[in-house]
Amino acid sequence: MKKIELHTPISEKNIRKLNVGDHVFLSGTIITARDSAHRRMMKHIAEKRKIPFSLKDMALYHCGPLVKAHGDEWLVLAAGPTTSMRMESFEAEIIRNLGVRLIIGKGGMGWKTREAMKRYGAAYAAFTGGAAVLAAKRIKRIIDVKWLDLGLPEAVWIFEVDRFGPLIVGIDSHGRSLYEEVRAKTLRRLNRIVEDVISE
Amino acid sequence: MEKIFKLDEEDEYYVPFSRLAENLDLQNLIEKLTVNLLRLAVTELPADVKKALKDAYRKESNPIGKIQLKAILENIQLAEEERIPICQDTGLISFYVKVGSEFRDLSKIEEALIKGVKRATVEIPLRPNAVNPFTQRNTNNNIGRYVPCIHWSIIDGDYLEITAFPKGGGSENMCALRILKPAEGLSGLKRFVIESVVDAGGMPCPPTIIGVGVGGTSDMAMNLAKKALLRPIDKSHSDPVIAELERDLLRAVNSTGVGPMGLGGDSTALALKIEYAHRHPASYPVAIAFQCWAARRATARVYSDGRVECLSHKDRNLL
Repeated sequence: MKKIELHTPISEKNIRKLNVGDHVFLSGTIITARDSAHRRMMKHIAEKRKIPFSLKDMALYHCGPLVKAHGDEWLVLAAGPTTSMRMESFEAEIIRNLGVRLIIGKGGMGWKTREAMKRYGAAYAAFTGGAAVLAAKRIKRIIDVKWLDLGLPEAVWIFEVDRFGPLIVGIDSHGRSLYEEVRAKTLRRLNRIVEDVISE
Repeated sequence: MEKIFKLDEEDEYYVPFSRLAENLDLQNLIEKLTVNLLRLAVTELPADVKKALKDAYRKESNPIGKIQLKAILENIQLAEEERIPICQDTGLISFYVKVGSEFRDLSKIEEALIKGVKRATVEIPLRPNAVNPFTQRNTNNNIGRYVPCIHWSIIDGDYLEITAFPKGGGSENMCALRILKPAEGLSGLKRFVIESVVDAGGMPCPPTIIGVGVGGTSDMAMNLAKKALLRPIDKSHSDPVIAELERDLLRAVNSTGVGPMGLGGDSTALALKIEYAHRHPASYPVAIAFQCWAARRATARVYSDGRVECLSHKDRNLL
C-alpha cells in the first residue's frame, strides 16, 4: 500500500500511476455532485449546453454537505461522501464527456464506470463514509456554489481542499476494482458460511 | 436526574410540586427537549456504540479496514468536541415515543416534536432532508407529509419517553423485506440475512448494526427490525435461544470479509439484533434493517411534573 500526494489538475499520467489499495491525500479543487446534479449535467451534455463549471482533470466528489449560512457566506460543517452507486448510470458518460480524473465517494461503483476509467484514464477513491467532520476539516474554503436551485445537498459545491483524505483507491485506471475483488472473495465463501450457520 | 424547579421547603415562597406543575408549559419544554435531544443524538454516539467501534479497530487485521476505523474514531471525537453532526446526513428524522396514559397534554406532544425539528434544523443545524417524491422539492425544514416519522406506543404511567433516531439514507436504502415460505423457515432466514449483507457491500457504511424483524405482518416485520436497532449493543435478546441465534448470525456476517466500508476486513457488523412476532401459518416475513456505524440515538424521559432524565447518555442536562 503506497502513500501518494495528489494535486489538481491531475494529469492522465499521474492518475495512471495509481493502483487499487493505494492511500491518497488530495490537494486542490474538488467539485461535489450527486443525483440531481448528475441528471442536470447529462441534460446539458445531451443538449450541448455549456456547464457552468469545469470538471476537466478535476476531482468530482459524491457529497451533499451540511452547510450553515454565515452572513453572506456558507460554512461547511460536515461533508462526508454519499453512496456512489446511485450515480453509476451516469458516471461513464460524465467521465467521457467532461474529462473527470478522480471520483471520490463511498461504497464503490460498477463495471460501466470501471471500464470508462480504464479507457479514459480516471480513478475512484473512497473516503470513509460518515467521517464528515474529518472531511470538512480538510476543506479550506468554498470557491463557489452552482445550481443552488437543486437544494442545499444537491447543489454543486466547489471546494478548495488541503490533503483531503485518507482516500483509498478503490478502482484504478488499469481495470481493477477492490470492491469487485472483495465481493468475488466473499461470494466464494458465501455458500460455506450459509451452510455452516444453518447446521448450527 | 434534572429538576427544573429547585424547591426548598423552608422557603416562604414554597409552592407544592403539584401546583407548580399545573402552570408548567409542557409543550414548550418538549419542544426545547426535542432540539437538545436531536443535538445530542447527531453529535455524540452512545457509549455502547463508541465502545464497539473501538473494539472493532483493535481487532481489525486488514490494513485498509484499519484506516477506515481510525478515520471513524477520529471523526467521532472531533464531532463530540466541536458539537458538529458526526455525519452530514442527519437523516429523515424519526422518533420513537412511549407515552404514559396518565401523562398530561397528550395532544400537544406531536406539535412540540414538529416545532422542535424545525428549530433543530436551523439551530444545530441539520441537513434539510424532506423531499416531495413527486415534485422533488425539498421543504428545507425537515418537515413534510408524515415527516418526522413518529412511532407511538402507549404505556402505563405518567411519563413520556422520547427517542430521537436520526438515521441516514445510505443504510436505509439497503433495508430488505422478504416473505419467505414457512417451509424455508429458519434456514431461509439465515440465508437471507447473510446474502443481504453481502449484496449491500460497502453501501450501508459498515461496520453496521443489523436489525432483523421476524414474523407478524409485512409492515410489522420491518417495524420490528427497526426496533431491534434501538436495543443497546451489549444487550442480547432476553430469550436465550434467540440470543444464541444473534451471536451465530453475527459471527457468520463477520466471516464474509466485506469489512469496513466494503473495502475488506473483519468488521462487517458491530451487532445483530432480532425481534419477533407470531406469524400467520402461511407466511414467514423477514425484514432486515441496516444501521450505519454512526448509530445515532438519544432517549429522554419527561415526567408530568416537568422533570427530565436522559437515558441514553450519562448525566446530561437536556434543558
